[in-house]
Amino acid sequence: MARQINVALIGNPNTGKTSVFNRLTGLNQKVGNYPGITVEKKQGVCKLDRGLKAHIIDLPGTYSLNASSVDENVVIELLLNKNDKDYPDVAVVVADVENLKRNLLLFTQIKDLGIPTVLAINMADRMKRKAISLDIEALEKQLETKIALVSSRKNEGFGYLKELITDYNLLSTKPCLNASSIAPEYFDRLRTAFPKQDLYKLWLVITQDVNFGKLDRNELKGVASFQTESESNLKRLQQKETIARYQFINNILKETLTIDTANAKDFQSRLDRILMHKVWGYVIFFGILLLIFQAIFDWSSYPMDFIDSTFASLSEWTKNVMPPGDFTNLIAEGIIPGLGGIVIFIPQIAFLFLFISILEESGYMSRVVFLMDRVMRRFGLSGKSVVPLVSGTACAIPAIMATRNIESWKERLITILVTPFTTCSARLPVYLIIIALVIPEQEILGIFSLQGLTLMFMYMLGFAAAIGSAWLLDKYMKIRSKTFFVIEMPHYKVPLFKNVLITVVEKTKSFVVGAGKIILAISIILWVLASYGPGDFNNAEEIVRTETAGETLTEAEFENKVASFKLENSYIGYMGKAIEPAVRPLGYDWKIGIAIVSSFAAREVFVGTLATIYSVGSEEEETIKNRMAAETNPVLGTPLFNFASGVSLLLFYAFAMQCMSTLAIVKKETNSWKWPMWQLFVMSGIAYIVALAAYQFLK
Amino acid sequence: MPTIATLKKGQRAIIKEFSVEVVPLKLLEMGCLPGNEVALVQTAPFQDPLYININGSHLAIRKETAANIEIELL
Repeated sequence: MARQINVALIGNPNTGKTSVFNRLTGLNQKVGNYPGITVEKKQGVCKLDRGLKAHIIDLPGTYSLNASSVDENVVIELLLNKNDKDYPDVAVVVADVENLKRNLLLFTQIKDLGIPTVLAINMADRMKRKAISLDIEALEKQLETKIALVSSRKNEGFGYLKELITDYNLLSTKPCLNASSIAPEYFDRLRTAFPKQDLYKLWLVITQDVNFGKLDRNELKGVASFQTESESNLKRLQQKETIARYQFINNILKETLTIDTANAKDFQSRLDRILMHKVWGYVIFFGILLLIFQAIFDWSSYPMDFIDSTFASLSEWTKNVMPPGDFTNLIAEGIIPGLGGIVIFIPQIAFLFLFISILEESGYMSRVVFLMDRVMRRFGLSGKSVVPLVSGTACAIPAIMATRNIESWKERLITILVTPFTTCSARLPVYLIIIALVIPEQEILGIFSLQGLTLMFMYMLGFAAAIGSAWLLDKYMKIRSKTFFVIEMPHYKVPLFKNVLITVVEKTKSFVVGAGKIILAISIILWVLASYGPGDFNNAEEIVRTETAGETLTEAEFENKVASFKLENSYIGYMGKAIEPAVRPLGYDWKIGIAIVSSFAAREVFVGTLATIYSVGSEEEETIKNRMAAETNPVLGTPLFNFASGVSLLLFYAFAMQCMSTLAIVKKETNSWKWPMWQLFVMSGIAYIVALAAYQFLK
Repeated sequence: MPTIATLKKGQRAIIKEFSVEVVPLKLLEMGCLPGNEVALVQTAPFQDPLYININGSHLAIRKETAANIEIELL
């Protein structure tokens, strides 16, 4: 068996670290979560020479080892814990050639931990254009390391980088900076109190909350001979350390790096002048948003229609081919429509992440944050809330995870709380089907379809609800938190197709595997509940025959009566009847009631549930929409889905908190049940009241 | 006293000492250190946040943070 070594990929954000990871591992990678926290853990395998195999971990991007977020903490926890199974044999620090100085800060810190460290200078292809020249040999000597110039865009230098990784035990582990020089007196005391510990590691442990094997902070404080410093003194020492590191780096780069500024073409500032313009900047941003919506609604409808019809014929085909019976029914009416309900989302999710990853890769997303910060702050949010709110249109779960880089706790909490109001892709099928049912197919001004405008209104309503509630929360929530905001404006880059593709595949996969499981399980449970029942259910035919004695019915009419009698007397029928009094004032019947209850697990289940409820008992193949249009209100005898009940349903889905997975992620991110419960009751309460008002007013 | 917040577009300055209590360490790590050169590249509408260039690092910070960093105009 090949010997395996652990390689940690570390680097600042925007250095193309993930591209380097993708180049090294290809599609041979696995994305998971770190236990207990929702930080993405990316790992992959790369074959090296001499029968060696590298297990590569792509650690979250960080500017230094002084963590200020959960993501950054992951890096330190791993690097300080020699017992971790992923503890690296060698670290590869990825740096951007255009920001070498800042990137080297992290490099010196990693090297000081005594881990063999290779420096991979990325984006080497830009050196010529930016008139940058580097004396690699001198730099290697000064930093006592090995350097690989790589270009993930052109796929250059990776062979040499792999060689350097293979020869990791030839690397020097001498520190760059003598830790004691930061504060000699303080470090002397440290050494006396903990003679066996590495001073730099000790210093890192003291200055941040890290679980360091057995030696945690409390024990440090417990050692009587050691007096720790006040927090502001420690901060001052951290500042001193940073300055000392930059001095070290400046001295080295003075001799090894030259940038001929006269020759450098400043493409970035010219593009910034347009993209961040007071007027054009916003025009372009909204133009891009419009394009994204167009893609999600219009372009994705073609593959979605195809998926829809494919699953419908698959279900029909199964029924014809397999022997009739419970098992065939389970597959044809429970499992296949359930699977179809998952697959149908793939085109939209893929389109959304295609755009988001292109915007992030190109460096444009940071400009949006910059443009929107002042506006968002008025509502208690941050410019960085734009990304979660926009990603919320795909799914609230990754969106809530994306709030992690908001520095202020209050702004972050508000963003988490209001993000579920934005119209996620799970609401879309509900909106689409109801809009198709109750909004007339008309055109306004000859070009805009009324249905399309209604959909756009629903999206705007979602954003308005999010922003409005953020404003209220900001006003009434008493949380004191320091607000600071720093964001890097990365260089513009043409997105790498491979990176974009991997992101799209990954996000789609995680939806299918994660949310898909719940959707399928619920679809099957619902099918079972609708296909079986107690007492009268099993004598349906006899009862209907006695009830209709004297009437002349065709075979088909009789069958339909039996089917609807069965449904009413099935387990799900009883459940729906039980909650009917609560939903009747909103204009719904017990069937919609069932669909609403089941969609508390996940909204998209609504359509699947109705599909299951209606397809049970109907012989001929009808689309769900036609079936819904034919439903009548049992009391009034008018169509059940009319304008009033349709609008009421749309509004209910716009506001209600109906997603178990979102509640779970909010619990994780806020570390308390208080906030998810708040969302569940407040949002669903608003939904009920608004839907009630709408129906009573419009009916 | 001039601070980064009072810089005009295109103006350059040298960062002076500042208090660690009000300026986050992260900003230092991104290159905002005493002695470094800073230039205002652009401001967002309402003059906030500010897009600055410190020694080749392109950063955006809010005006309130910028007002805590004293400078000497070049």
